[in-house]
Amino acid sequence: MTPIAYYVGLGIVLFAIGAIGVLVRRNVIVMFMAVELMLNAVNLVFVAYARALGSMTGQLMVLFVITVAAAEAAVGLAIILAVARNRHTVFADENTLLRW
Amino acid sequence: MGIGFFACIAVLTVLAALLVVLHPDPVYSALGLISVMCLLAVLFVSLEAHVLAAFQIIVYAGAVMVLFLFVVMLLGQSLAGGSWAAAPGLWIAGGGAAAAFGTALASVVLGARALGGGLGPPAKGFGSAEMLAGELFTTHLLSFELTSVLLLIAVVGAVVLAKERFEPRAPVRNPGVGDPGGAMSA
Repeated sequence: MTPIAYYVGLGIVLFAIGAIGVLVRRNVIVMFMAVELMLNAVNLVFVAYARALGSMTGQLMVLFVITVAAAEAAVGLAIILAVARNRHTVFADENTLLRW
Repeated sequence: MGIGFFACIAVLTVLAALLVVLHPDPVYSALGLISVMCLLAVLFVSLEAHVLAAFQIIVYAGAVMVLFLFVVMLLGQSLAGGSWAAAPGLWIAGGGAAAAFGTALASVVLGARALGGGLGPPAKGFGSAEMLAGELFTTHLLSFELTSVLLLIAVVGAVVLAKERFEPRAPVRNPGVGDPGGAMSA
């Protein structure tokens, strides 16, 4: 069987890719996808530890994360659409109204 | 599941994740993210989380990603153009994040023995829908109900945001209501 550390390592790599994606991309849709990538990485670690500890709590947590991610995607994409319709851009650098 | 199979899935997952972040076209990013989610569902099955694997495919790879693709399709032309961060500070922050997570990965790899070796055989029925539901509808019943409220709020919020026009409000010309001058002249 595969040791738990391999799953945790893969989760770390995926989370790092997602975090760097949020930092270096300016297209808000891609930034949003990178956030989803980070959520998925965390889900993997939750499931791995649920399996290692023989507890269902980790899997339930993943269930809630999936639900919250779905809600977040619905609201977030609606915001992106509203901004794109009113300001005609989806790039984070060009939405500077609230910047000091 | 053997190490070799895990290695194949892991390498494919990382490649798909890199596609998400590196490809300039958001449609390919979305396809990469769908691949990541399907591959993670495979890993969930290998970890005895069969129900979650099904949810992962249905909710994430199905519903959420279709939503993403709809938005990409709706925005169309306005997505073209450079989409990389211009500020050097963000690239430095990205490098810092890479270093931090590299350290974390190294500590996990070096401490792999402390995290436990291979996983033993799972308990009977572990990860089944029965066991998941048993815990969900007893211990976590309140969270479950609150989740339904959250989803309702999200639906209402999404509808409101999609309908709203957010145009600067022009003074409404409505003679007769709160405008005695207008009513008089009319």
